[in-house]
Amino acid sequence: VRHPFRRHPIIEVIAITIALTAVGTVVVLNVPWLPEEASSQAGEMDTLYDVLAVASVFVFSLVMGILIVSVLRFRRRYGDEGDGVPIHGHTGLEVVWTTIPAIIVTGAAIYSGVVLADIEESKPATKTIDVTAQQFAWTFGYRGEGVKGAGELHLVEDTPYLFKLHAKDVLHSFWVPEFRLKKDAVPGMTTSVRVKPTRLGTYTLVCAELCGLGHSTMRATVRVEDQATFDRWAQAQQKAAPAGGGGQQGAAAPTLK
Amino acid sequence: MSTATATFEPPTMKKPRSRARQLLLGPNLLRGAWMTVAGAVFAFALVVVVRAVQGFHVLDGDAIVTVILIAAPLFFLVGIGGFDYWGKWMIGAPTEPEDHSGHGARSWKDYFRVNTDHKVIGIQYTVTAFFFFCVGGLLAEMMRAELAQPGQQLVDSNTFNGLFSVHASLMIFLVIIPIFAGLANFVIPLMIGAPDMAFPRLNALSYWLLPVAGIMMTASFIVPDGGAFNTGWTAYAPLSTDAPLGQNFFTIGVQFAGTSSIMTALNFLVTIITMRAPGMTFWRMPLLVWANFTTSLLVVIATPFVAGSQFLVLLDRALHARFFQSIYGGDVISYQHIFWFYSHPAVYIMMLPGFGIISEVISAKSRKPIFGYRMMALSLLAILVLGFTVWAHHMFVSGMFGWLRVPMMITTMAIAVPTGIKILSWLATLWRGVLELSTPMLFALGFITMFTLGGISGIMLAAIPVDIYTSDSYFVVAHIHYVLFGGSIFTVFAGVYYWFPKMTGRMYDERLGLIHFWTTFIGFNTTFGPMHWLGLEGMPRRVADYADKFAGWNLFVSISAALFGLVQLVFFYNMIVSWKWGPRAPGNPWRAKTLEWQVSSPPPIFNFDEIPQVVGGPYEYGVPGAVHAVLNGDREKVAVGAGDGHHAGAAGGNGHAGGGHDDTVRRE
Repeated sequence: VRHPFRRHPIIEVIAITIALTAVGTVVVLNVPWLPEEASSQAGEMDTLYDVLAVASVFVFSLVMGILIVSVLRFRRRYGDEGDGVPIHGHTGLEVVWTTIPAIIVTGAAIYSGVVLADIEESKPATKTIDVTAQQFAWTFGYRGEGVKGAGELHLVEDTPYLFKLHAKDVLHSFWVPEFRLKKDAVPGMTTSVRVKPTRLGTYTLVCAELCGLGHSTMRATVRVEDQATFDRWAQAQQKAAPAGGGGQQGAAAPTLK
Repeated sequence: MSTATATFEPPTMKKPRSRARQLLLGPNLLRGAWMTVAGAVFAFALVVVVRAVQGFHVLDGDAIVTVILIAAPLFFLVGIGGFDYWGKWMIGAPTEPEDHSGHGARSWKDYFRVNTDHKVIGIQYTVTAFFFFCVGGLLAEMMRAELAQPGQQLVDSNTFNGLFSVHASLMIFLVIIPIFAGLANFVIPLMIGAPDMAFPRLNALSYWLLPVAGIMMTASFIVPDGGAFNTGWTAYAPLSTDAPLGQNFFTIGVQFAGTSSIMTALNFLVTIITMRAPGMTFWRMPLLVWANFTTSLLVVIATPFVAGSQFLVLLDRALHARFFQSIYGGDVISYQHIFWFYSHPAVYIMMLPGFGIISEVISAKSRKPIFGYRMMALSLLAILVLGFTVWAHHMFVSGMFGWLRVPMMITTMAIAVPTGIKILSWLATLWRGVLELSTPMLFALGFITMFTLGGISGIMLAAIPVDIYTSDSYFVVAHIHYVLFGGSIFTVFAGVYYWFPKMTGRMYDERLGLIHFWTTFIGFNTTFGPMHWLGLEGMPRRVADYADKFAGWNLFVSISAALFGLVQLVFFYNMIVSWKWGPRAPGNPWRAKTLEWQVSSPPPIFNFDEIPQVVGGPYEYGVPGAVHAVLNGDREKVAVGAGDGHHAGAAGGNGHAGGGHDDTVRRE
């Protein structure tokens, strides 16, 4: 039976695409997919994620729109032994769907490059912390404060840090999801990652690169605190550390190169 | 080409051997078995002697096992008969000419010997790959069982690391890569109008390397000290160079799988370049042929790099070569560059043949020509070239020199363009077609949706800042499974259902096929979809244990995974029962245009009585008078018959079970 308001299939595709994109965008932007933002870099990275996610929703909706309409409109009716319309191609359409994705990904690449430059930008008054990874523990050394071999990472809010990563045995990877940033610690070389924590709280540093038996338990506590709390902790560490084994996990002294 | 022109020589008159002697000394599995043992003994003796001469401790278990892993498979291949022809030629004995007398499989036993028939080899490949698909799947189920709850329940972290390492290695090297080689092995000579592959003996040898690699990797679980290799399928140094003995089962197993891949790829290249039927120009090749041509180029160029990376690891491990030992001046990151220089193109090795399958299925099941055929072929070549320029996107957080990241991000995103062309062209092929929504078509449509999701998350991962956050998280696990299961395995299912009638001569059960598709489609999404969210929430991959906040989704995923695994039994039941008892398949049940459908199901031993003459494109559905190829005796008909009359009744071969040659000639 012919539908009285039978629309052109292209209109149906557009309608489905718009509807799916709208629903998808609402879901993508309103569900808290990512952990809380606890570094100055997180906001910009999350915005990039959101932009790409919305673009993705559109692309997927378009594909689904064409697919759904094709299946509903062009599926074979019982007994139909005929062929489809022999369309071999359409140069104009092919130029369009080569050019538009090329423009979209070029835009995405430029935007990503700008965000990358921003999050890795060096800031004045940056403090350096040596992070040493070893199967299966993290230790932290504060050059300025003379703290070595700390088992917890204590950071002062709104202070830019440069983490210098060292690995004693195999590859490890420094990842605090709330800070968003990640970098491998590589035996034989020093890698670095910049983070400016912006939110007080306690987080977990996890190892993100498979490093052996204890990989899933290779975690450390990260505390972002105010200057006074940090100073008290640093003083306690200074007293404890030279005595040997005073730090929480002081057994592994970091290699300071 | 020799096979095409091989002449029948009278069988050489030999003294008939006794049956027992034939069993023990003839090329068969029994000779393979005792020669494997002989190889092990040889390797043992070699190590003992060399170590004694050097003044080392004589009985070194690791050294002995390592040399056994190299030697025993070679002895096995000799035993099974993989080198018989060349062996006889080398020692000057009379060789047995390739007269095709050993072609075809008369009983199931014929699948367990060296057979040079591309159709037998194709089935050997496919069935072997599905066997390891089950093994790899079971390993995954064990992993999910452990991950159902936080904490340690079933396996310790060492075993867990072994589970995901062997799972990934089997699924990549023993399932996806070879299953495409298997389907292509069966179909491609038929599609291009050739009687066999260019090098049938090499083809047989390529196949027999596979079970060697698969058994080796699986057997690593029985290593008493340390168990299976547990450094992931990526085997990053220096974790892999320091790992216990089990690692060698990967390092050496990959060599066998890789050698198999390279030899098959060379075979495909030579076959496609030199053995196309008259008139089958490159621009008349079906897209499956294009896809495997491109894939074979990728394999030939890229696979030596993974072999190299694992050789370096083996040298580090066995001979303390120190390529990746930083304290001796080794460079840790160089491992990753070499490894990914293969392993990124490997992603396309695992996808492009699937693209070819989808093009065949979608065109035949939409009854429409492929939209933009030339762009479809050219985009494969574009992916081939671009695929070699993106490897370091796996290393954005690796600590490599930073300047390489942005160029690699740009090239990675650029691959979305040819890939997008393919997806949009498939969609345009559906448009205004006559879509038959049978099982192969549903898997093809399922592939389009799932692969689009995988491609989209791939673009997000290409954006360096997003990758910095998500790399090595469950987001990546979700992405690779959307690409490799929702992508590759869906195309495998589409292809297996599509060519099942051709391969077995029987029809599969359509109802079970539909059940399999819908349960797989749903189970796939409920299993791998939530992994995106776990990754975004901050769950790292490759962990035996996780924070309590991830417990809910992990339990959901584990339950889904169990059901998802169970519904695959429907597929295996359907395949096995239909193969044995299914209704006889006609030559061309799908009324398709490509050449493999113009012969009987299963095809005759020599494929074609006479080499076909190709006269047009492969997908001319709905084009009045269009003909792809002419087979025996139809030449005159075409000369006069093009464009006469109208749709002569059932345009397809549903009725005739036999040759069905006349299907090529469309009467519109």
